[in-house]
Amino acid sequence: MSDREHLFSRKNLDLLKNPLGPSNPITVQVLGICSALAVTAQIKPAVVMSISVVIVTALANLIISLLRNTIPNRIRIIVQLVVIASLVILVDQVLKAFVYDVSKQLSVFVGLIITNCIIMGRLEAFALANKPWPSFLDGLGNGAGYGLILIIVAFFRELLGSGSVLGYNVVEKIGLDKIGYENNGLMVLSPMALITVGIIIWIHRSRDRSLIEDK
Amino acid sequence: MKGYGIKKFYDKHRPKFEKGGKLHAFQSVYEGFESFFYVSEATTTKGSNIRDYIDLKRTMIFVVLAVVPTLLFGMFNIGYQHFKALGLLETTSFINVFVYGLLRVLPVIIVSYLVGLGIEFAFAQIKGHEINEGYLVTGILIPLVLPINTPLWMVAVAVAFSVIIAKEAFGGTGMNIWNPALVARAFLFFAYPAHMSGDEVWIRLGNQAGSVADGFSGATPLGLALTGSVDYNVWDAFWGFIPGSIGETSTFAILLGAIFLIVTGIGSWKIMLSTTLGAVVTGMLINAFAVNPFMEIPFWHHLFLGGFAFGAVFMATDPVSAAQTNRGKWIYGFLIGVLAIIIRVLNPAYPEGVMLAILLMNTFAPLIDHYVVQGNIRRRLKRAAANG
Repeated sequence: MSDREHLFSRKNLDLLKNPLGPSNPITVQVLGICSALAVTAQIKPAVVMSISVVIVTALANLIISLLRNTIPNRIRIIVQLVVIASLVILVDQVLKAFVYDVSKQLSVFVGLIITNCIIMGRLEAFALANKPWPSFLDGLGNGAGYGLILIIVAFFRELLGSGSVLGYNVVEKIGLDKIGYENNGLMVLSPMALITVGIIIWIHRSRDRSLIEDK
Repeated sequence: MKGYGIKKFYDKHRPKFEKGGKLHAFQSVYEGFESFFYVSEATTTKGSNIRDYIDLKRTMIFVVLAVVPTLLFGMFNIGYQHFKALGLLETTSFINVFVYGLLRVLPVIIVSYLVGLGIEFAFAQIKGHEINEGYLVTGILIPLVLPINTPLWMVAVAVAFSVIIAKEAFGGTGMNIWNPALVARAFLFFAYPAHMSGDEVWIRLGNQAGSVADGFSGATPLGLALTGSVDYNVWDAFWGFIPGSIGETSTFAILLGAIFLIVTGIGSWKIMLSTTLGAVVTGMLINAFAVNPFMEIPFWHHLFLGGFAFGAVFMATDPVSAAQTNRGKWIYGFLIGVLAIIIRVLNPAYPEGVMLAILLMNTFAPLIDHYVVQGNIRRRLKRAAANG
């Protein structure tokens, strides 16, 4: 009786919620930065990338958690990789079939989800030691935490760099270009993604002081 | 001590800015302006009690004085290039030429100071720091390294970017890794490339753009050299009668500033000299293996062209972002010279390599210092062991 927890108990909800804030994979754990720089020049690819990562982390966590008692410890990394790789290939094929243009834009970065440290990290740190349902929620939460930052960064990069939101040209619509405004070419280059992530971390830490390390 | 004039004014209004006073929110502004006029009365309570009279503020004001010749010549050159392009040079008086330039340069300087100091004051107040004088220099250097046709809002954005990201994020004056003025220029260079290169940005034509003289080109000598036509008078480049960023054209005016900096001990002659050496050596090597007209430009011309002199004298010597150790300064400066000429000549996309070279070496300056210090420690340990 006592060990049967409610599906959406506070503990389980925290698994889902924490990665969005105090234990965000990008801004707090600083994982998955590479793809955050590469696919955030526009919102659409960032959204597709986020959804892909959410699906892969959630399902990989679930599958590994189901298998956790049967995986020999010494080959667990290989097993994890096989699971992630299969999921990534599935996602890649689906993207190619249904959103071919975005898939082309994302190019190798879909395949490189395999190497995204967030996924492997969650498998090692959580799924191997927890039951399927919490693991699934944890994967969902971390994928979403990653996606949240990706989409925020992509929003600002597309707005300031290309003057549009989801391809809709805001700058021309408001008429800013007529009074001399110009899009910022640096926002489209990846260094600016790094700086944008840095600014988000700055804001995050100054709002949540518990994140600041002791000196 | 009873004061007079401005001092009296400050003393009278001080209570309002102290804790509990109604204008406490502007305390850092008050202190900033007070220390602008007077030496701070704060004394040390423990430790060393003797302080050098050259504090940060004096250093900064000396640098500002050192750029005055460059600034004045820059203003004149803006007018000179304008009337030359229109073919009106013979019929315009010197005063008119200068005033034309003055009126075009002044707004850039005002925007730079307003935005930069505004942000500095805001940060000082939020963090409870004193206001640092660091921006006094950055604020005058930024306009000097920009083309005259840069829109003012872009200047404002670049200043905000450099002060917030390159300086305050790292902890304010004295903590920055890169020279803030160069960060502002690099920001504009990559964000709005159309306004930072080409042949239309260096000369202000205003609404008379249609009436330029025959055979006129607004490109800089380096911009022209890229297209294969090496066509400039090297002495024009030395005195500064060429198109270019506001303050960078006159090597002569920059040399005046350099002498001032070296005599007052503010700027490091080691860095200036080693940067020049690096450029000369690289220039000679490139001359020796030249395969195109750009590479054939005599090595010593490079010292007068583009932003080289300005970078070597005012940017590379920034005491915060440069190397600190003596041997480190030689290495740091030499590599700036080498990289500046390599980027300038061998990479067609960046004729202005000096900016990138200095920023790159700023990044490596702490590493250079680290190895110089470690090497020193090792040598002394060895000596101690041998004598031991």
